[in-house]
Amino acid sequence: AGKEPTTSGEGRERQANPAALGLVPRADPVDSGSHFAPLLGLTDPGFSDCPDLKMSRVTTALGGSVLTGRTMHCHLDAPANAISVCRDAAQVVVAGRSIFKIYAIEEEQFVEKLNLRVGRKPSLNLSCADVVWHQMDENLLATAATNGVVVTWNLGRPSRNKQDQLFTEHKRTVNKVCFHPTEAHVLLSGSQDGFMKCFDLRRKDSVSTFSGEATEAGQDGKPWEWVMTGWVPVLPVLSCCVLRLHPSFAHGRMQDAECGANGACEDTLCGCSLGPLCVTPFHSQSESVRDVQFSIRDYFTFASTFENGNVQLWDIRRPDRCERMFTAHNGPVFCCDWHPEDRGWLATGGRDKMVKVWDMTTHRAKEMHCVQTIASVARVKWRPECRHHLATCSMMVDHNIYVWDVRRPFVPAAMFEEHRDVTTGIAWRHPHDPSFLLSGSKDSSLCQHLFRDASQPVERANPEGLCYGLFGDLAFAAKESLVAAESGRKPYTGDRRHPIFFKRKLDPAEPFAGLASSALSVFETEPGGGAMRWFVDTAERYALAGRPLAELCDHNAKVARELGRNQVAQTWTMLRTIYCSPGLLPTANLSHSVGKGGSCGLQLMNSFNLKDMAPGLGSETRLDRSKGDARSDTVLLDSSATLITNEDNEETEGSDVPADYLLGDVEGEDDELYLLDPEHTHPEEPECVLPQEAFPLRHEIVDTPPGPEHLQDKADSPHVSGSEADVASLAPVDSSFSLLSVSHALYDSRLPPDFFSVLVRDMLHFYAEQGDVQMAVSVLIVLGERVRKDIDEQTQEHWYTSYIDLLQRFRLWNVSNEVVKLSTSRAVSCLNQASTTLHVNCSHCKRPMSSRGWVCDRCHRCASMCAVCHHVVKGLFVWCQGCSHGGHLQHIMKWLEGSSHCPAGCGHLCEYS
Amino acid sequence: MHALFADSFAALGRLDNITLVMVFHPQYLESFLKTQHYLLQMDGPLPLHYRHYIGIMAAARHQCSYLVNLHVNDFLHVGGDPKWLNGLENAPQKLQNLGELNKVLAHRPWLITKEHIEGLLKAEEHSWSLAELVHAVVLLTHYHSLASFTFGCGISPEIHCDGGHTFRPPSVSNYCICDITNGNHSVDEMHVNSAENVSVSDSFFEVEALMEKMRQLQECRDEEEASQEEMASRFEIEKRESMFVFSSDDEEVTPARDISRHFEDTSYGYKDFSRHGMHVPTFRVQDYCWEDHGYSLVNRLYPDVGQLIDEKFHIAYNLTYNTMAMHKDVDTSMLRRAIWNYIHCMFGIRYDDYDYGEINQLLDRSFKVYIKTVVCTPEKVTKRMYDSFWRQFKHSEKVHVNLLLIEARMQAELLYALRAITRYMT
Repeated sequence: AGKEPTTSGEGRERQANPAALGLVPRADPVDSGSHFAPLLGLTDPGFSDCPDLKMSRVTTALGGSVLTGRTMHCHLDAPANAISVCRDAAQVVVAGRSIFKIYAIEEEQFVEKLNLRVGRKPSLNLSCADVVWHQMDENLLATAATNGVVVTWNLGRPSRNKQDQLFTEHKRTVNKVCFHPTEAHVLLSGSQDGFMKCFDLRRKDSVSTFSGEATEAGQDGKPWEWVMTGWVPVLPVLSCCVLRLHPSFAHGRMQDAECGANGACEDTLCGCSLGPLCVTPFHSQSESVRDVQFSIRDYFTFASTFENGNVQLWDIRRPDRCERMFTAHNGPVFCCDWHPEDRGWLATGGRDKMVKVWDMTTHRAKEMHCVQTIASVARVKWRPECRHHLATCSMMVDHNIYVWDVRRPFVPAAMFEEHRDVTTGIAWRHPHDPSFLLSGSKDSSLCQHLFRDASQPVERANPEGLCYGLFGDLAFAAKESLVAAESGRKPYTGDRRHPIFFKRKLDPAEPFAGLASSALSVFETEPGGGAMRWFVDTAERYALAGRPLAELCDHNAKVARELGRNQVAQTWTMLRTIYCSPGLLPTANLSHSVGKGGSCGLQLMNSFNLKDMAPGLGSETRLDRSKGDARSDTVLLDSSATLITNEDNEETEGSDVPADYLLGDVEGEDDELYLLDPEHTHPEEPECVLPQEAFPLRHEIVDTPPGPEHLQDKADSPHVSGSEADVASLAPVDSSFSLLSVSHALYDSRLPPDFFSVLVRDMLHFYAEQGDVQMAVSVLIVLGERVRKDIDEQTQEHWYTSYIDLLQRFRLWNVSNEVVKLSTSRAVSCLNQASTTLHVNCSHCKRPMSSRGWVCDRCHRCASMCAVCHHVVKGLFVWCQGCSHGGHLQHIMKWLEGSSHCPAGCGHLCEYS
Repeated sequence: MHALFADSFAALGRLDNITLVMVFHPQYLESFLKTQHYLLQMDGPLPLHYRHYIGIMAAARHQCSYLVNLHVNDFLHVGGDPKWLNGLENAPQKLQNLGELNKVLAHRPWLITKEHIEGLLKAEEHSWSLAELVHAVVLLTHYHSLASFTFGCGISPEIHCDGGHTFRPPSVSNYCICDITNGNHSVDEMHVNSAENVSVSDSFFEVEALMEKMRQLQECRDEEEASQEEMASRFEIEKRESMFVFSSDDEEVTPARDISRHFEDTSYGYKDFSRHGMHVPTFRVQDYCWEDHGYSLVNRLYPDVGQLIDEKFHIAYNLTYNTMAMHKDVDTSMLRRAIWNYIHCMFGIRYDDYDYGEINQLLDRSFKVYIKTVVCTPEKVTKRMYDSFWRQFKHSEKVHVNLLLIEARMQAELLYALRAITRYMT
């Protein structure tokens, strides 16, 4: 059996002949992978210490010169697929389908240093899916080609072509290559064909092949224990047939043949040559490997991720089966990265848009953190020197690079937005410098990002939160400083509402302590403040469709009036008049409806006006309407908060007398107009314009008081509006409105309803702005096509959604459904189609029913039988929560009228409420 | 199988002949029905009648009267306006705009550009939203490929539809559905023998030869390593060759009675990828593939559908019983991959890691003719074509081939369409 094994001391000398490598005996049990390094006989003389020391040496070597630079980018000729940084942090290699270049990172710019894509004919071997720069050797690079070739490059070669070796063992695209972090010659590749291969760069073919289909070893024993039993750890460069032995067998055998060299056992032990070709054909279905990464801390361990969502942990000496396997993601796992410092921490990113951090040190892989991003995660890289930070980029749609604090998974800590197409490769420039990030992108650019130039989404985030409670309480959270400033404006909250302040306990360890201090205030509603009763009533009683417009308007006006909302009622009446052409309707009927529906205040005013007015049916109705307008105005003003009304009064008081005079004047004119209708049509024309101007005036007046709705209701008694004082103070405004309505009346029969669409639109906007979106939506539905075109789609949609939301808060499901159904906005009407599935469990076996109708396919019985009639219930099903018997709603109701016992005869006393 | 039928019946209220044929492969059928159900009936951005109308549009592109009739009924059932059925010009402008995409997608998907997408998304009040567009694209591709399946397997009309109870060949093929579903081969074999006069032993050798070739390929794959240029040229050769592969009997199939009004520009048909004048760059799967890119995009804009389609592709691609004609325990993955990649090759989609020489070895001419006809011009499939390829293989295996064909086609179309959408978005 061949060679003498090299001792650990001898191992430091570099072997000239790779094939002559032997086993390394081990003196004592080793538990940490890092200690294996000196035993292996593979390392370069300079790097034979444990990785920790090596790391520090690298640091000291480079630590002297502090990295400098700025945020910069350079244009590449073609899209990049991957980038990798040289260990000196001064060069970066960019690889893509048609680019393979090395750039030097200088202070101000990237400088192209070397084009590795030489030769005239473009070869697929050069179309790189991945590239990696050896972290120990500045001259060594490896690329993974899309045609399944793994290529290594030696920059030390004197010729123009730096290509070193070509491994053509993979049958499909190679997705990832990875150098061993400390070994100079160990390269690992993972391919679409489902295999991972380990190459020793001194040999022409792979030394071991790992199949993604391999079963997990972890079940029958702890993997690490096996290492500790004291037999010789087999080198990765050994022949694979030794490695394929069953552990127990290997254990016994290897103790005997401890010094057995690879050449001998290849033939004697197994008698078969287990090369990459030995795979049985059925294995070709194994899942594609998306990423492979050597553990930084554990010498023999590497992780691989798969298209089916699995992550496997391998011991490089045991290609027969993986140490551990678990499902990490739903869908492909595109990437993984070992934490540079925390042993056993592995971050994985997948198509399911998640980044997960796993702790591998425990018996089962434990998910420690989970970050939800907005697109599938293509790359993930831990940030150096920041224990909880990692950088991610996405494969589709999202072009930004995010740096996350895994403990704060909702908002990224930093964001780089330089790229215009998806980012395909990211790399931290130096393993101990957290502020420089390099990235390559499909937009053919290479970027260096500086952390201090990153945008911080936290700053842009809205730091306030607002939420309604079940009983109308309002909680409000904001930054403490903000609330402190606000508290000076206490009256804003109102005296009946009590803010309660909570203060969050701060964790001094948290890095965001400064940002996280916030205060929560809760505002309670006043007791007995069922102020929204009118809303519910209105919603329930309004008729929105199914009858002629005129009837709908009348009905709704009536409802509003009965609830004491006279302004709304009046609006309905007006709408009716505008849109139901009087030519079609008998005038008497019109006046009748108005008169009948009118509140006492209105009638009072009617009678008052009628004294002055000339008789005549036509004019009477018109005046009715004119008074209606006037009244609606009084209501509006009534409803306004006292303060503002006073202001109004002050304003108008100055012009009190002339205004009064005007009123009389105008009304006198009105009289004449009505009497001498035909003659005065022409003089009337300019006045037709005047009210148009007056109309916005009304809005200004009304808009100012944002009085709460319930206040309005209280103040809205007809007695108040009918009082003489009010009428006096309101007179000026009144006049302008009487003008308006007169002209309305006058031209009603001639003007198309389109003429009013502007006014109606303004009216709807007015209501919506006032908070009465109910009115806006109801009118919108009732009028339908007549106004829809005047209001832009988005506003309509906004109203609809607000109203539906309100209705649902009040649990008016039926009404909200009706509104959804009647809406014409597509976004709204499709609300009804969403999640219309009802999942039913069988009442016997308690398992979900499949879609096979009413029979459970497991217990073959009809579920949901009516206890009364013993038929299957296909509509409304009511059941007792005590005994879970039930049946048709009607049947159960009838049954329980006569008996209090359960109809099923179970003896339970059911209650129906 | 019965559970599947029951599910299908519950979902559709019928058990159509497509289901009856697909049930040869219940695993696939389940996924297929689930996807179709979701596309047509579950939550989605498009209203129900739009979905059926798009199905009609897509099927009509291939003059597939069977699917058109089915969906005309469904369309009316969900309250679609019967006027629309008089032709695309009677449908809303929005759907008319989709006509162009439908046309290109069905016949020359490689010509889809982001301008097509932009045209649909920015058409004032007739514009599509991205989610709607993705839904529509998925529907279009689904029905294009389903039309391929219908012709490829010679699905006859439902019994209650026009031509359902006549023996007049409504679309192309004239063998009764029962032959397939009952696995009643004898009738068919008799046909073959009489019509083609091919001895059984002859066709037996076919299978043997195919298996031998596969074995050889498996073994020698690593021995003789083709040079890069050769690999590249093999793709080109295969692409070019696929152009000449065409059935000689180009008899015109007259479009069924009411099909032609659903689509315009009847002259627009499949043109070979490599033949038409301008040079369209090869689509590299490694740059835009379904698993990484397409899936993410679809799932983002039309949730859950990406997952369903992904499953369907997976099942179709990996489906195998390890049998070939009378042989058992055969690894057919190589053959399946050859078929899949051949179809993608016809659409100009290239896999860097595939040696296109394999296709030539594994797929004989009559099979290529069949594949090409089913995928590109399904309306021209004849029963003779169906019979003349792989004579020794079972019907179930031929249906299996058809499943591969339609899924590969659907993926190819989706890839082009989604790539255009992605380009539009970036």
